[in-house]
Amino acid sequence: MVIGLFNVASATAGASTVEWLDFSGKLGKQFIWVGASLVLAFLLLVIEGEFFIRTSVIHYAVNVLLLLAVLAVGKRIGGAKSWFSFGGIGIQPSEFAKTGTSLMLAWMLSRNQDRFNQWGSLIKALAIVSLPAALVLLQPDAGTVLVFTGLILVFYREGLSGNVLIAVLCALLVTIATILSGASTLHYPGAGEATGAWILWGILLSIGGFLWATVPQWTVPRRRKRNRRAVLFSFAAALVLSVGLQFGLEEVLRPHQKDRIHVLFGIDVGNPDADYNIRHAKAAISSGGLTGKGYLKGPMTAYGFVPEQETDFIFCTIGEEWGLMGTSATLLLFTLLLLRTLALAERQRSDFTRIYAYAVASILFMHFAINVGMVLGLAPVIGIPLPFISAGGSSLVGFTLLVFILLRLDAERFTVLR
Amino acid sequence: MKLRERQWIIGGIFLLISVIYLGRLVQMQVFAYEWKAYASRLTEETETLEPARGLIRDRHGEIVVNNKAGYDIWFTPRKCSAAGGLDTLVLAELIEMTPDGLARAFRRAENYATYRPSRIQKQLTAESYARISGEMWRFPGVEVRRRSLRTNPSGLASHLLGEFREVDQNDLAANQGYRLGDYKGKSGLELQWESTLRGRRGTRHHIVDIRNDFREPAQAGMLDTLPVPGDDIQLTLDLELQAYGEYIMANKRGAIVAIEPATGEVLAMVSAPSYGTDLLTGRDRGANYDSLINHPNKPLFNRTLRATYRPGSIFKMIQGLIAMDRGVLRPSNRIVCDRNVIGCHGPHRFDNLEEAIVHSCNPYFHEVMKRMIQDGSTGSIFSDAHQNLGKWSESVRTFGLGTDLGGHFPALRSGSVPDATDYDRIYGRKRWAYSTIYSISIGEGELLTTPMHMANLAAILANRGHYITPHAVRGSEGIERMESGIDDQHFDAVIRAMSTVVTANDGTGRRAATPGMEVCGKTGTVQNPNGNHSVFIAFAPAVNPRIALSVYVENAGAGGDWAAPIASLMIEKYLHQYVTQRAKEQRILEAKYPFPELPL
Repeated sequence: MVIGLFNVASATAGASTVEWLDFSGKLGKQFIWVGASLVLAFLLLVIEGEFFIRTSVIHYAVNVLLLLAVLAVGKRIGGAKSWFSFGGIGIQPSEFAKTGTSLMLAWMLSRNQDRFNQWGSLIKALAIVSLPAALVLLQPDAGTVLVFTGLILVFYREGLSGNVLIAVLCALLVTIATILSGASTLHYPGAGEATGAWILWGILLSIGGFLWATVPQWTVPRRRKRNRRAVLFSFAAALVLSVGLQFGLEEVLRPHQKDRIHVLFGIDVGNPDADYNIRHAKAAISSGGLTGKGYLKGPMTAYGFVPEQETDFIFCTIGEEWGLMGTSATLLLFTLLLLRTLALAERQRSDFTRIYAYAVASILFMHFAINVGMVLGLAPVIGIPLPFISAGGSSLVGFTLLVFILLRLDAERFTVLR
Repeated sequence: MKLRERQWIIGGIFLLISVIYLGRLVQMQVFAYEWKAYASRLTEETETLEPARGLIRDRHGEIVVNNKAGYDIWFTPRKCSAAGGLDTLVLAELIEMTPDGLARAFRRAENYATYRPSRIQKQLTAESYARISGEMWRFPGVEVRRRSLRTNPSGLASHLLGEFREVDQNDLAANQGYRLGDYKGKSGLELQWESTLRGRRGTRHHIVDIRNDFREPAQAGMLDTLPVPGDDIQLTLDLELQAYGEYIMANKRGAIVAIEPATGEVLAMVSAPSYGTDLLTGRDRGANYDSLINHPNKPLFNRTLRATYRPGSIFKMIQGLIAMDRGVLRPSNRIVCDRNVIGCHGPHRFDNLEEAIVHSCNPYFHEVMKRMIQDGSTGSIFSDAHQNLGKWSESVRTFGLGTDLGGHFPALRSGSVPDATDYDRIYGRKRWAYSTIYSISIGEGELLTTPMHMANLAAILANRGHYITPHAVRGSEGIERMESGIDDQHFDAVIRAMSTVVTANDGTGRRAATPGMEVCGKTGTVQNPNGNHSVFIAFAPAVNPRIALSVYVENAGAGGDWAAPIASLMIEKYLHQYVTQRAKEQRILEAKYPFPELPL
């Protein structure tokens, strides 16, 4: 079934590139990449699964080296130094690093069965993820870094406390509140004009203070100390995060980056170009309506209104030309792919394969969630491809690698006992 | 919770995101109309196809106003910078701009939009275009667009035809479907007949790309329409007569209006000095307009319709006709030329009506009007005047004076024919009698008329009592026969007198005598502190008249000296197509203007 799904996804990739790229150069290249991916997929299915497990460390090392190399000799495209250029073909090592990191993570976690009970294994796992992530951040490519953070789901499945997930969620809420309140300028009586974030900070302080003071009322005495510490710690952390974020927004980020974040939250940034991409993307999707304008008949995508439409904004093309039917079908396929990968993970006897499968699911999920969310105006505009559909050789080959290694490992679930 | 069960939480997160996205998609694709509208605004562009404007022809079908191509230069900043810029010095010279002006235009274009073209130069001539068209490839981002302009190659009848030029703020505010950069008739016939001449625009709907280039027809061209060309209009003017009128009026101030009495068709409308229409269409309009508007002789002023003069002696014929119609005067009545009442001129003592018209006897018409106004019916000269003046003005108005003559010339001033309320306002109620206002009896005082009104009066006399509302365009709506209400027979004496004016050896209008035809005319000398205006109205031939006209020459002296010979030349030109009276023509052309020295 996964193969079936993948075929559909792959076919959509092929179709999408045929349909929507009328520049023969890009189209031709994409054909070559699709062909190469199919050959690669075949090769991967032939190679014995054990090979991937044993070469995990080498795979990872090679990827890290490539990431280092790209920083040194890479080609700068669109502000990020993330490409090797061989003749007319560009290679993006960060796309392959995801596979290497997943393999390495699986290898490491499957050998340490302590379920993160010891700090050592957590730190090791974090280090495995952080090293390539840090190198990618240096390029800089924030989108791919964000994908790496998705691996937290793997950590969670393998024993990381659920509180961490909740903490991440709370941090997200505090972040949103900070951005929203920080964008407004209020007049404080007696203190002059200042950012509205002060109000948020005041609220955080007073709730935290109130909870801290009232701890005796709602806990049994022996837990008092612990709960007080927890309240103190979490609210202090929230405050630090919020203040740090506000500082980062105002002092560290460049104005256009700040604008992009503000656009996402519907704040009027006063710069008509700031939300240009997302405005056009929304218009394109919206104009598709229920059934779309038909194959090759979407003027927004055919005539260059949607930026990066063959890569990061390819979902717009589906939206405009196939309408809600096309987009919901795509949505459904991705959801099924994700859930299927989870099911596949859970049927493994091998820890390595399960952990790897979770890593694959997390990475696909992050790509899907960020890419589609961005086009729908629900996530910040961060350039990452939609798996199997976006044009671009590296990402296609990268995802082929990622998924077909999993398929090969899955195929061996009965024969090899690990 | 067992770790294995955590798969449900992770799966739940996946599902949650998918469901949120699906909801968002439904909202955006099914309900968000504002985004759909935004998308069509971005991708659809309407191209306007300008219709050809209707031509203007004269009564014989000759073209008076034609269309000509003007070439505007447009510039798209992005196309230029993408292709590596251009040599602005060379371009500036080619498109007839200064380098500074071009730099300013470039900056304006840049500020307007980088992907959309802006106009940087207007209305290059076809010759200029021929010179630059071969060079355009050297200037990326610069393109030439053709636009239809008007041209009046003869330069005749400019006042009547009016201006055709770019719309201004007022036109845009009036919301009649004009858009910035459109051209329209701004005055004269171009304005009056705008809806006929304009035609209907066509539109073509395009799908455009991000650079605003047309890519394909929208909705397969189903919504497109073709432009409908404007209709031609035919003037009643005789272009040759008009040309001759403008030629003969060179170096003078004044006006000639000629009407075909049987139809009310205006044959010529000359307002001197004149100007070439094309002076006000080209790129130099601004400078030309300034010099015209500031010229001491006011060439832009349309004297045929806008200049009001007192009618002078010519008015005496109306006076006589009304009096006869009222039964207070018979042509044989003689009245003593009592120069104590009012001044007079010439050796006559006791004229009948015919002689009084020929001699332009002032006391005669003073008495004639007195019979109508101060008839003794109330026993008070104040009440008499108050009661009778209204009826008198009513009769005067039936000669077209003080009216809009049917309204075919929106610019026409109606002039003034005073009635009792006017004098009540000036002097107070019952504070005036005939003795207060008698100067109107000889066509002076508060009476005001235009050359058009006086030409129409000539037509009424030619028609013996009626006129057809004068008009300059064939097929105008509302052409009516207007009756003066004066009985046919009363015209005999007046017309005989008009004939005598021209034919008698000592007639004031003897210079209007024209070989080979009988001309009827009447001189007028309108008093003016800067030198009297020379006025003459006439029609010819006496039987079945084909032309009736009025001639005004400002500050030139007596009516017979200048206006009468000009009328004669015009009549001969129209009826015989050529002018035999070379000496007369020579004298008019060589006349140094102004005849008396004028304080200009």
